[in-house]
Amino acid sequence: MTERAAVNMLDNILMALQSLKANKMRALLTMLGIIIGIGSVIAIETVGNSLSGSITDSMSGFGASDITVSVTEKEDDDENTSSDVRMRLFRPSSPDASDLITDDMLDDFRAAFSDKVRYIKISENADSGTYQTGSDSTSLTVVGVNDEYIQAEETVILYGRSISNSADADKKLCMIADTFAEDYMAISPVNAVGKELSIKINGTPHSFYIVGVYEYTEDETLSAVAGETVTDMYIPLSTAKTISDGNDNYSSVTVVSAEGTDVTSFIDVAEEFFASYYTLNDSWTATASSMETLVSTLTEMLDTVSLAISAIAAISLLVGGIGVMNIMLVSVTERTKEIGTRKALGAPKNTILMQFIIEAVVICLVGGALGIMLGTGLGAVACSFMGYSAKADVESIILVVGISMAIGVFFGYYPANKASKLDPIEALRYE
Amino acid sequence: MNKPDFPFDDFKLKKPIIQMKNIRKSYYIGKPNQLEILHGIDLTVYEGEFVAIVGESGSGKSTLMNIIGALDRPTEGSYILDGVDIQRADDKSLSEIRNRKVGFVFQTFNLIGRQSALKNVELPMLYAKVPQKERNARAKQLLEMVNMSERMNHQPNELSGGQKQRVAIARAMANNPAIILADEPTGALDSATSRTVMDIFHTLNKEHGKTIVLITHSPALAAECDRIITLVDGEITDDRKGGGKYA
Repeated sequence: MTERAAVNMLDNILMALQSLKANKMRALLTMLGIIIGIGSVIAIETVGNSLSGSITDSMSGFGASDITVSVTEKEDDDENTSSDVRMRLFRPSSPDASDLITDDMLDDFRAAFSDKVRYIKISENADSGTYQTGSDSTSLTVVGVNDEYIQAEETVILYGRSISNSADADKKLCMIADTFAEDYMAISPVNAVGKELSIKINGTPHSFYIVGVYEYTEDETLSAVAGETVTDMYIPLSTAKTISDGNDNYSSVTVVSAEGTDVTSFIDVAEEFFASYYTLNDSWTATASSMETLVSTLTEMLDTVSLAISAIAAISLLVGGIGVMNIMLVSVTERTKEIGTRKALGAPKNTILMQFIIEAVVICLVGGALGIMLGTGLGAVACSFMGYSAKADVESIILVVGISMAIGVFFGYYPANKASKLDPIEALRYE
Repeated sequence: MNKPDFPFDDFKLKKPIIQMKNIRKSYYIGKPNQLEILHGIDLTVYEGEFVAIVGESGSGKSTLMNIIGALDRPTEGSYILDGVDIQRADDKSLSEIRNRKVGFVFQTFNLIGRQSALKNVELPMLYAKVPQKERNARAKQLLEMVNMSERMNHQPNELSGGQKQRVAIARAMANNPAIILADEPTGALDSATSRTVMDIFHTLNKEHGKTIVLITHSPALAAECDRIITLVDGEITDDRKGGGKYA
């Protein structure tokens, strides 16, 4: 663009702004469709962005290197991931002990991929336990774990020792949180080791020998949901198995991959490995997934929702664009005499065309700017209601500015072309 | 060219600005209601002349004016404006010719609303791609000439009729055109302001040597001009010397 053309452009923009200023109400009404359309796009983007941002943030805490292998029902046909998730949620019957993952499978797996497997975490919720002191009762989650679980979770043992797989198998001993000892047993954590802890699991009283006290670390997501702090009580895996269902196999295990492993491809390898044990099984198989898979499924769902609302926004933008076209046609008619005068003064067709296209673009850009403000505001309000911090999406703001300009050019072209083709004599005579 | 097409010897050596030969203009060509408005106009106007074209309404005055001002092309005949053949020019060249060679002054002033007097005067120069600084300086100078310096930042709706017309004349002069084409410039003004406007035209003509074509139906105004051309039913019926200013 030459310097002169730039000057011309600036004059056109100033002229367009002046004419907007002269017809404030009309301009605002014209822009309404654009404002609402752009506003909703920005609001959706802001909410969607913050939502997926905070999901990703909280999920990353769970470790992206974790691969969960679980026993799932076989599908009749190739079906997509979302129905797979549904199948797992509404599984009609549960697998038998013989359908579950066995220690032999895990040993084989470990042997086959010794360089890629760091830990295999196994945990079995035995159910929630109740600790009674006088008239007060406290809940704790009784979890059967293997020793690798304690290692993988990097649990800090303050006093006493950890639980060993082989030595402690089927024994009634436990590890408790330091806060549990202090807050509910009313003894200092150091003195808790060696004490006996009597709790009720599923109404049945059990007593456990405390071998260790671990440091409680606050889990933000959990405590936010529960309100009151429920701590984990770790017991040997085999003990938990005996209490809950009496078989020695597992419905799911978590493989923590070694550093430097390509988790995404290892998921497929692990799944293939475990599924090979189930080729002859009629109704059950093993599948592998990671938090990453879950997050991407969630993000996909969010994207679908955004897309749907964006489609509605697009319709609003279309209507807004037609509104702009309409008002530009009115403007061209109103200013017929001015156009005639400009032509008499020597304005070439293209200059008139540019003048009106720029005016339409300016209307759309001002509308777009107002829409961005509205959208960011709405997004921030929505996010604060949901308790997420609002993240403005710079990319979508740039996109939206582009869309506004495109609408201006597209819907401004027809009226502008009409103006540029007016016969100067007719136009001058117009009253 | 044996026969002199202009009867007055004192202009013979001057440069012709308007050269029209057998100009015809028809509307609805090829349709049953085809209508010829101008029936063969021969007209030459020389540099520095102040010409009045008079005629009743319906005489073809406006059609002739549109052709002189390069707003329209004749159906037949040849028209050369300041050395440029209008008959052959395309739309783009026509806008350029209007921009550089013709300064329009309208009965209804036709200033662009919401734009200051200064911006209005700058407009033809904007279309001529004159740089901003030069545009601004020349527009101020022209407004000074028509005595409108003090109100140059006012918008048209803040100006009286006479003031608007003075701004319009300054605008017509913006690109130093070959002719000023004024269509009933005093038609919407009272007699006192009409006088002021006519005096500006006389000044432009006498002191700046500007060629002016004035279209009017008023015999009194026409009488002030150097030359009076009468148009009746699309033909020139009379072409005589006028009395000049205050004749």
